[in-house]
Amino acid sequence: MSTTHELVEGHLSQSLENLRTDELLLNMGPQHPSTHGVLRVVVVTDGEIVKAAKPEIGYLHRCFEKHSENVDYMGVAPYVDRLDYLASMNNAMGWAIAVEGMVGIEVPRRAEFIRVITAELQRIASHLMSFGTYGLDMGAFTAFMFGFRDREMILDIFEMMSGARLLYNYMWVGGVSRDISPEAIAKIKNFLDYFEPKIDEYNDLLSFNKIFIERTKNVGVIDVETCHSYGLTGVMLRGCGVKWDLRKEVPYSIYKEVEFDVPVGSGEMGTLGDCWDRHIVRMREMKESVRIVRQLIDNIPAGPHRGKVGKVVKVPAGESFSRTECPRGELAFYIVSDGSAKPFRVRCKSPCFLNISTLDELTRGVMVADLIATIGSLDIVLGEVDR
Amino acid sequence: MTLEEIHQKLLTKFPQAVQGIEETVPEKSLKINPEHIISVIRFMKEEMQFETLGDLCGLDYPALPASCVAYHMQSYAHKMVVRLKCYLPRDGASIESVTALFKAANWLEREAFDMFGIRFNGHPELRRILCPEDWVGHPLRKDYQTPDYYNGMPVPLYFDNSNESPAGNAKT
Repeated sequence: MSTTHELVEGHLSQSLENLRTDELLLNMGPQHPSTHGVLRVVVVTDGEIVKAAKPEIGYLHRCFEKHSENVDYMGVAPYVDRLDYLASMNNAMGWAIAVEGMVGIEVPRRAEFIRVITAELQRIASHLMSFGTYGLDMGAFTAFMFGFRDREMILDIFEMMSGARLLYNYMWVGGVSRDISPEAIAKIKNFLDYFEPKIDEYNDLLSFNKIFIERTKNVGVIDVETCHSYGLTGVMLRGCGVKWDLRKEVPYSIYKEVEFDVPVGSGEMGTLGDCWDRHIVRMREMKESVRIVRQLIDNIPAGPHRGKVGKVVKVPAGESFSRTECPRGELAFYIVSDGSAKPFRVRCKSPCFLNISTLDELTRGVMVADLIATIGSLDIVLGEVDR
Repeated sequence: MTLEEIHQKLLTKFPQAVQGIEETVPEKSLKINPEHIISVIRFMKEEMQFETLGDLCGLDYPALPASCVAYHMQSYAHKMVVRLKCYLPRDGASIESVTALFKAANWLEREAFDMFGIRFNGHPELRRILCPEDWVGHPLRKDYQTPDYYNGMPVPLYFDNSNESPAGNAKT
């Protein structure tokens, strides 16, 4: 019987050729903090190198599209909130615009103002979440606390407006469910004054932090060709330098009346279209959102907050594909109506679904730590991937 | 560029492929012969600046009867989306895969297969994506029956198909 000492000595005396690395099949998830939800990635690693990373989705599948065929058009709205649960307002706005487009409902101007204000606040909240969790992925805990602290203020405002903190059921077909109160307006103004200087502070804290830049530059690079091939939209597309924002290019609601810039990535820190570019686009978009809300908050016109819509929305037979710009990309609803009270078919084109499908291509041959950096920069929400 | 111009352009190039415009409101669709879908989409991508496959999804029409695949071709240059629809036989539907043209089609076609059972020939790995591998049936087909049990676990049913009047939660 050999002692431990003999075993170790015997092992050390083996020639280096006998010491080889094995390919290891690793299950990352479905319960893993850095996957931002119940995402499972089957990773083949060779030492620290990722040979392949295949995402397996469906753990949060609730068959939203089947549910939609069994309730009426108004009844779908609360389900829509639960798709991208970090940006419920934007989702609900997309659904409302899709149905209004089919019926031809005129939305009162006051409602349009309230909608755009809430949608932009929600975009800030969503990007703050992304900022915080991305920092956490990169080992910076403070960013997470700051991001959540400020997001909480927006959730407080939404609670005042709709009565709920996360799943609002606020944007209804024809307008919004409740009017905005003067207290809420004051609170929004306070928040803007507080928040605008904070963005620069957060950039100093995280975006221009040396360690953060080293971790994210030249990692997860996407070029425009790949973007188009994968159908990527939103921050993913703007991160590689394409100035395309639906709010600007195909304006809906009152976006053509407000002034804002479309930030794009420029490869400042490394390669065009890397993780850092996508991160900084999100940070700069928050500033633009603040700008939009500032232009609208003082000029909300008087009037009803909801147009004349019956209890059951009657949608004539037809088809429509309606896109809106959500924090994670272009969310589209393809509605087929046969003229009855319930939709014949509802298809939700989710931007996150296509974003996460790029993961395998982006991470072939990178280090395991870069895999985490790449997943974080895709900013996925599994509620929307799985629907 | 309008849909009529695109229709004319495709009609001159592929007289057999284009089966006409579907006059639906508020948006119309182009009806394409499934046998020619690859060449039509390649032509739109390479010659007509429809750079992206915005969406691909299945539909089920029990009344026709037919299965259908809807392609949403998205153009940044023209700032528009064009819908192409291919009608297939309802049972055993199959169509050529467009994964060679758009990588996005990989997952989107897997989803259409999962939900409608439409087979995409030439797809690199056509397997279920949202439902578990051993799930029986294709949920978004209109004749789908929700199973009572899955691997011994009861499957909850939240809605009743026979209830024709859903409770309207809207207050005017």
